[in-house]
Amino acid sequence: MNFEELYQELILDHSKRPRNFGPLPDATVTVKGDNPSCGDEVELSAKLTPDTVETLKFTGHGCAICMASASLMTIKIKGKSRQEAAAMAKAFRHMLVTPEETAVPESFGDLEVFSAVRRFPQRVKCATLAWRALEQALSTVPAAPVSTEEND
Amino acid sequence: MPSTNSWLSIRQDFPILDQQVNGHPLIYLDNAATAQKPRAVLDCLDHYYERDNSNVHRGLHELSNRATTAYEGARERLAAYIGAEAGEIIFTRGTTESINLVARTWGDAHVGEGDIILLTEMEHHSNLVPWQLLAKRKGASLRFVPVTPDGLLDLSNIDELLAGPVKIFSFVHISNSLGTINPAAELCARARLAGVTTLVDAAQSSGHLPLDVRELGCDFLAFSGHKMCGPTGIGILWGRKDILAAMEPFHGGGEMIASVGFTESEFKPAPYRFEAGTPAIAQAIGLGAAAEYIDGIGRAAIFDHDQALARQAVDLLEEIPGLRILGPRHDRGGLVAFVLKDAHAHDIVSMADQYGLALRGGHHCTQPLLRKLGVPASARASFYFYNTPEEVEQMAAIVRKIQTFFA
Repeated sequence: MNFEELYQELILDHSKRPRNFGPLPDATVTVKGDNPSCGDEVELSAKLTPDTVETLKFTGHGCAICMASASLMTIKIKGKSRQEAAAMAKAFRHMLVTPEETAVPESFGDLEVFSAVRRFPQRVKCATLAWRALEQALSTVPAAPVSTEEND
Repeated sequence: MPSTNSWLSIRQDFPILDQQVNGHPLIYLDNAATAQKPRAVLDCLDHYYERDNSNVHRGLHELSNRATTAYEGARERLAAYIGAEAGEIIFTRGTTESINLVARTWGDAHVGEGDIILLTEMEHHSNLVPWQLLAKRKGASLRFVPVTPDGLLDLSNIDELLAGPVKIFSFVHISNSLGTINPAAELCARARLAGVTTLVDAAQSSGHLPLDVRELGCDFLAFSGHKMCGPTGIGILWGRKDILAAMEPFHGGGEMIASVGFTESEFKPAPYRFEAGTPAIAQAIGLGAAAEYIDGIGRAAIFDHDQALARQAVDLLEEIPGLRILGPRHDRGGLVAFVLKDAHAHDIVSMADQYGLALRGGHHCTQPLLRKLGVPASARASFYFYNTPEEVEQMAAIVRKIQTFFA
């Protein structure tokens, strides 16, 4: 194994210059995810409508795999329906625990670069941190917006 | 002090070091996490299980006799190892259990509402969480000796920190994430003047430098066997005889009782009072063999060797662009933790592994300390007497390659 396989150009690029990095002032939900075993932290903010993930951004710090995964995730998920987003997150997490020879679905696009993580089981958590935050965001906010204020 | 040649022949005692990892000769620099085991310890475990395996203290047959003699012999060996008496040596599962034992038994009896537990900001989670739990149980609070940006304890107002309702001062001897060697004897002396009980966490020092509990002047000393060439699952709590004699039991069960009735029992004296159930017999005997092996080399020589490797590592790593070393520059134990501006600790460790280099990456179970230093995670190289200057050179060369790759 050559580590260039794990740290492909795309991953290095997105870890050094993460896209959609920064605060999202009009977020409807913010989820903080952390990996207590290494100290990585990703805070994901998303603007959700009842049906779609209109936009999403993140802040935080972590290893190259973690940052690149968060960055590529925001690009992939932006504008997707909530249902599609949830399905993609599930499929991505599933892909990381499949055997190395299992083909990666075409729908993954650029996310295919993370297939090499399968050879490094201890790094799977790095690649899934942002995706877990996304799943949390999708599940904590009901499809219809809620308010903390009483509406009488 | 062993010569270069004899250090190399000592290395031959460790069969695990002779292997390729990812196509490269293994360079094992994760000794602060756990040390490798010499043939003497492996043979001792084999011999025990092949010839003597039996339960201790309760059998009347020959094997039980042998097992008991070896187990108690290990206790005596460990007592001699730290200048103590055998009756003061309690076998535990390791440093963590040793500290929990003190927090649960001594702590529950002596720490009350409004009292203070003094720690330092550089403690391992194992010397932090048991005290947090005790403080919560009792309504006590925690106080901390601060760490300077150089990674030293700020002792400028240590007497004030020890003043007031401080009941115990528990601190690390050698920091596992900074390499700092704390002035343990001086700290214990200050605490004694203030009437404060002391516990020294010797997890990173027990296998690396000469330790004598009377010279240290502490009340408790805790360490693990596996960081000093012994098996996992075994460690030591040493306590001063008069303190142990007054302490309530930790776990209840067989082996620790003098007599048992249906509603009440009487307990054996220390150390047996604190060793409920069948102990880790083979591991204790293996730890005795490890102590004997280490003293065959000499801990003063080991300390010099480790320090020389750490100095060499600091000098080589400092040359790498964007690399920051944590902790004191040269006066340190045999470990060096660092961060790279361009690469996260996990990426460093994953890549190093591709060269057969075993490093540790993360917060090293000292999350609050790293947070204070403004570092989310660091990479760490930690040395032992079987490591060589060539390995340190290779390590630095690999880290340089990694830096270039991510820059």
